[in-house]
Amino acid sequence: MEVKAEFLNVTVSRGSGDGVYQEAFQVPAYDNQTVLDVVSWIQQNVDPTLTYRFACRVGMCGSCAMMVNGQPRWTCRTHVKKVSTNQKLKIEPLRNLPVIKDLVADMDPFFGKWVEAEGVHHPTRTRYEPIEQIDPQDAARTTANEGIECINCAVCYAACDTVTNNADYLGPAALQRAWTVYNDVKDADKSAILDAVSGKGGCHSCHSIGSCTHYCPNELNPMQAIAGLKRATSKSFFKKGR
Amino acid sequence: MDIRLYMAQRLSALVMAPLVLGHIAVMIYAVQSGITTAEILGRTQGSILWFLFYGTFVLAVSVHAAVGVRVILNEWLGIKGNTLNLLSWAIGIGLLLLGGRAVLAVTFL
Ligand code: FES
Repeated sequence: MEVKAEFLNVTVSRGSGDGVYQEAFQVPAYDNQTVLDVVSWIQQNVDPTLTYRFACRVGMCGSCAMMVNGQPRWTCRTHVKKVSTNQKLKIEPLRNLPVIKDLVADMDPFFGKWVEAEGVHHPTRTRYEPIEQIDPQDAARTTANEGIECINCAVCYAACDTVTNNADYLGPAALQRAWTVYNDVKDADKSAILDAVSGKGGCHSCHSIGSCTHYCPNELNPMQAIAGLKRATSKSFFKKGR
Repeated sequence: MDIRLYMAQRLSALVMAPLVLGHIAVMIYAVQSGITTAEILGRTQGSILWFLFYGTFVLAVSVHAAVGVRVILNEWLGIKGNTLNLLSWAIGIGLLLLGGRAVLAVTFL
């Protein structure tokens, strides 16, 4: 007869740089338990120096993403049962980003590329003019809506092999943001966005592998957004010759 | 890969696609009952049409392959900057010379 294990065998990546090592912990198993619960239990009961990030615990803030058994997950909404069948968990900081300490990745490159991709608002009006009326059924608005639930968790960025192999590549989150702003009826500088995503690390570096779409915890489709940017930039290439 | 390289690769693929189909169709049709080298050369020698057909193909292949291998060199071997530019051009020009020589050999030389 099989005895139900009461403990999870958890391996956690500790340290940073050359001093990275794996530490094993035994954590009590519960029926309902998220990966973030496991990390918090270790920090509260075994080692208070364990460093990790979280804030909302309900999948809104995007700060708790980590690699769980080799795959990027939002840990506060990931049940242990869904990602581990043998009571084993391997928890590491997000892939494709420098590590600050333990489970905390340095998000600077990720957010830097967000700005580089020109995913910023270029207003059509000043604050002294009346607010523009937007038709919610408008085709561009509908396309923009598809990307607005992004919580900047960087799961897609960690999942992307093109990011791993090409340091210049802006990555799925930044490009999806650019596509969203590009489709925003209230955005006044669409050519600035197309220029920003047409450079060396722009949307054309994407190989359509699709890990971003596969792993996005909010079930967004960055791969489709990037395909949209490829179409828009190609059209403008034929029109303007660049 | 920026937009210029991307367009070069996609447009060269667009040119190659019908030429590849044409090439395969001709091979199947021409070789059916067996064909000698002399018969092939008899048809291709002095033919502007075959020169243009395979000349265009070689040109498109050179561009397409140079861009494709460039991406692999960059992503798999981490080659960057001038070295990457130099290698890409070398591959493109190399393919153009080899292919061009072959096309000229069966059409005009
Ligand atoms: S803690 Fe906010 S999304 Fe997980």
